[in-house]
Amino acid sequence: MNETTLNTLQNRAEKIKQGGAPKYHEKLDEQNKLFVRRRLELLFDEDFQLEDGLFANGMDESLPADGVVTAIGQVNGQTVCVMANDSTVKAGSWGARTVEKIIRIQETAEKMQVPLIYLVDSAGARITDQIEMFPGRRGAGRIFYNQVKLSGQIPQVCILFGPSAAGGAYIPAFCDVVIMVDKNASMYLGSPRMAEMVIGEKVSLEEMGGARMHCSISGCGDVLAPDEESAIASARRYLSYFPANYEQRPPRLECQEVASDRKKISEIVPDNQNVPFDMLELIGSLVDENSFFEMKQLFAKELITGFARIDGQPIGIIANQSKVKGGVLFIDSADKAARFITLCDAFRIPLLFLADVPGFMIGTQTEKAGMIRHGAKMIAAMSEATVPKISVIVRKAYGAGLYAMAGPAFEPDCCLALPTAQIAVMGPEAAVNAVYSNKIAQLEGVEKADFVKEKREEYQRNIDIYRLASELIIDGIVQPDHLRDELMGRLKAYEGKDIPFSRRRHSVYPV
Amino acid sequence: MKQVQASMAGTVWKVLVAVGDQVEVGQDVVILESMKMEIPVQAEAAGVVKEIKIEEGSYVGDGEAMIELE
Repeated sequence: MNETTLNTLQNRAEKIKQGGAPKYHEKLDEQNKLFVRRRLELLFDEDFQLEDGLFANGMDESLPADGVVTAIGQVNGQTVCVMANDSTVKAGSWGARTVEKIIRIQETAEKMQVPLIYLVDSAGARITDQIEMFPGRRGAGRIFYNQVKLSGQIPQVCILFGPSAAGGAYIPAFCDVVIMVDKNASMYLGSPRMAEMVIGEKVSLEEMGGARMHCSISGCGDVLAPDEESAIASARRYLSYFPANYEQRPPRLECQEVASDRKKISEIVPDNQNVPFDMLELIGSLVDENSFFEMKQLFAKELITGFARIDGQPIGIIANQSKVKGGVLFIDSADKAARFITLCDAFRIPLLFLADVPGFMIGTQTEKAGMIRHGAKMIAAMSEATVPKISVIVRKAYGAGLYAMAGPAFEPDCCLALPTAQIAVMGPEAAVNAVYSNKIAQLEGVEKADFVKEKREEYQRNIDIYRLASELIIDGIVQPDHLRDELMGRLKAYEGKDIPFSRRRHSVYPV
Repeated sequence: MKQVQASMAGTVWKVLVAVGDQVEVGQDVVILESMKMEIPVQAEAAGVVKEIKIEEGSYVGDGEAMIELE
């Protein structure tokens, strides 16, 4: 071939790989953002990647690659597919080829059965191209349809670097995990300008749809990252707990012993049921060193959800945090748990429940907000999970709290108790008041105090954990400082568990 | 004006500060009693206690202002 032919290809490809005009690259710098191809370099193990559709919309020089890069590369040695918006090209907006490229990389990920990562930084649809990209069979709606179809089949990860507006906001919504870059990422259906025009509200973008808001209040975000490098590192770390698809097992790594300067579990858990302690500290002393990766750390903090490893085996932890709101289950915490349990169960990640829960929140405020139907989501998700399911009663497990935390009736592979465990419909104080309220009202002074004290002690004896073990309600009582060894053995023993849950098309899911 | 709000519905068990006290971010200022648990509530901002709007034994709803700081 002659030199010109070869040079033309090289020049054209190079030009496209530079993305949009220099002024838009300057804008990236101002916003502390990285160029899309730099993001891909950081995401993949190696620099080299396969790319489809580089010349998309190539007849129009102002739209390099039509504003999206679709690539195949490796993360932690695992092949993955990626779609990445280029915000230097018309603010990363979607035209007809942009949408077609996104749909095709989804189809590729489906055929290959490998994880799919969405690097989102897009202003939304190009209104000028709406007939070509919005309503049709392979219009933008198909992207969301495909996401729903792929959900639970392959991991779908979203990193949000910039806006994700209007319909585009549903890309993160249908992913398994959303990692958001603080200050830059945002999700909203209508912009602040539109909110002012349509409903008369004056509000900033950060307040209405910013990363911090979504990670702490709405629950749409899972991880809040201080910058892009850290967001990408989080995505790589997240994927290290996951298999390539639902048919494979999560990758086991080498065991990392717990650091010797960590406190013993027996030193962490207080005997007094009503005094809070830090469950995160207990988790740190239980799982492989530095293996805990928390999901929704800033949202509904009374319940902790996160991935970890024990003896190198990935697990999902659901734990009550008595330090926040007493560890009581609320609407948001029930949602958070349901979502996390479903995620782990989809990808064969065993579940560990650490219970220290006074129950579901009561009172007008939460009843009006639908506490019961939200609580039902958590109980449904936990019931349906067929992965190895281990329940550890750390301290109290009262009322429906026991049920929600995989209590004995919900077929955990085992329900273990620490010696501090207390299982009951309600705590001694509340129970004595409920049963003897008339009698207590009649008594006064010392007589009253003595009566209450005696009844509480009687109640305490009745719910004694050794009595529950003797009735085979729990499967064992474990020394706190042997819990890690016990769980290592249990996780190994239950490895081969493979059971169906129920015969039907699907459950009528509580929402 | 900065406020300390109730983190959940419950009864005020102990107020740990008095008007004029300097409080720091993360300092426990009130302990609620709810669902038979002690629920410590921290100040999310530093400041001087200007007004205490609740008293021990009173009911507070989720998000209700308990202490005004300045």
